[in-house]
Amino acid sequence: MKQVTIISGKGGTGKTTITAAFAALARNAVLADCDVDAADLHLILKPVVKKTVGFHGLAVATIDEEKCIKCMDCVNHCQFDAITEDIKIKYEACEGCGVCELVCPVNAATMIQRDSGLLFESETRFGPMVHARLNTAEESSGKLVTEVRHHAEDVAKKRDKDVVLIDGPPGVGCPVISAITGVDLVVIVTEPTFSGIHDLKRVIDVANHFEIPQAIIINKKDINPKKTNEIKSFCENHDIPLLGSIPYDTLATKAMIEEKAIPEYDKGNVTSSIIESWAALRNVLNLS
Amino acid sequence: MKIAIASGKGGTGKTTVAVNLALSADNAQLLDADVEEPNANLFLHTKFSEERKVTVYVPEINKDRCTYCGECSKFCAYNALAVVPNKVLVFADLCHSCKGCELVCPEDAVGWRNREVGMLRRGEQNGISVVEGDLNPGESQAIPVIKAVKQEINLEKTVIIDAPPGTSCPVMEAIEDSDFVILVTEPTPFGLHDLKLAVDVTRRMKLPFGVVINRYGVGDKRVELYCQQEEIPVLLKIPHETLIASLYSDGEPFVNHMPALKQDFQELLTRIKQEVSS
Repeated sequence: MKQVTIISGKGGTGKTTITAAFAALARNAVLADCDVDAADLHLILKPVVKKTVGFHGLAVATIDEEKCIKCMDCVNHCQFDAITEDIKIKYEACEGCGVCELVCPVNAATMIQRDSGLLFESETRFGPMVHARLNTAEESSGKLVTEVRHHAEDVAKKRDKDVVLIDGPPGVGCPVISAITGVDLVVIVTEPTFSGIHDLKRVIDVANHFEIPQAIIINKKDINPKKTNEIKSFCENHDIPLLGSIPYDTLATKAMIEEKAIPEYDKGNVTSSIIESWAALRNVLNLS
Repeated sequence: MKIAIASGKGGTGKTTVAVNLALSADNAQLLDADVEEPNANLFLHTKFSEERKVTVYVPEINKDRCTYCGECSKFCAYNALAVVPNKVLVFADLCHSCKGCELVCPEDAVGWRNREVGMLRRGEQNGISVVEGDLNPGESQAIPVIKAVKQEINLEKTVIIDAPPGTSCPVMEAIEDSDFVILVTEPTPFGLHDLKLAVDVTRRMKLPFGVVINRYGVGDKRVELYCQQEEIPVLLKIPHETLIASLYSDGEPFVNHMPALKQDFQELLTRIKQEVSS
């Protein structure tokens, strides 16, 4: 079983649209939405939830006001400024370290479990899907990404699937690292813009840092042909496979509005370029 | 005045709004707090006059004092310490610098060293002061870099903060204490879904906010309907135009080429100033 994560560095280059399109083409895949901050894949794949699991991030502190003697030890030791001068816990700032519980002389501070979100195992018209909802304003999106991936791997093993397709988050930080660690390939969806190329290079640095093989897809290739060529020569010079180049077309938005994956909506250029990219991806992964 | 630019979904145009707003203001300070992808200066080309490392504390174990009792690793909520026979392994990238290990160590064997996690850059050009935070590749903790960026706030200026995408801790760190938040979205189902999450965060933080719709005309009317229903002001609609997309792709801020949009951004600033002072 192979794992592939679709990332981009820069947001809005078309990660989720392309993941949904690949889902429509895949015959034997598990889909995993690891953009847990702003999960959108379900808007196209319309999963029917079969199983829901609670997700708990790091613990959070509480203060028993009856016991508290306002000695300020917890306030002074908290490195996250998560306790106010009047000894109230700032839920969002608390990183669950447990130092307040440790230093409190009267046992007024206690660490409790934090309900950070939900994880779902679901069925879609294209196969099984694992996804999650991180409560807004939560920490630990990296930890939730890891859990989504574990569940998706389990489902793939149980149901004999040959690939886990992971829709990754934007950026290069904690959740991205969790989404790409140990996968067989990252597919970077980029666009021919100044920022797109800048972020492409950044995300390649991160993939190289963790020694993960990369491949590239250029989306919206015709919005700046010069920059598209720049990306193509970049791929050649760095020996990174270019899986395909997809034209810009407002039909991508129209398909999204109709809650359809692009191959379900279009039988023209856009879909054929996505089919080519998918075939190239299978080839890179040696999937039959 | 501090204005933060945020959005749930990535790629909706936060940086575009932040940069064009800064270019339309008289005395702007632009803080790039999207430290995972700091792109604002790609459009401004400010020469940075100052650069310094952003560091965090991580534990350093004094081998002469350590008895390998394991208290530090037992306490660490982040699994950043592991004690094996005659050795303490420090996984520095997992450490949150809470200093709990130092407190629990019975032998006073835990000291601290600085670890670089990113860079902070500053510069000024054409009347705009730019501060950029840049997370090192492979680093996972954006928060310390965002904090370093926000320490540079100069309240004598119109402070514009370009926040990261998403709805979790880095976003909250970036927009906290702002006088006003602009949520940038696009009129698509993904844009709407993620806008609702961003609205939830902003309301929870009790910050006043309004919406800018980018690529107006590309999708459907649901974002506008939602804003109407929720009584959220739509501050500006940036049209879905080839010229704008083409300027963007070349890294050119559109207010330098489209005077009508510059006027729109100036009016946007005036409106926000009025809302903040009222």
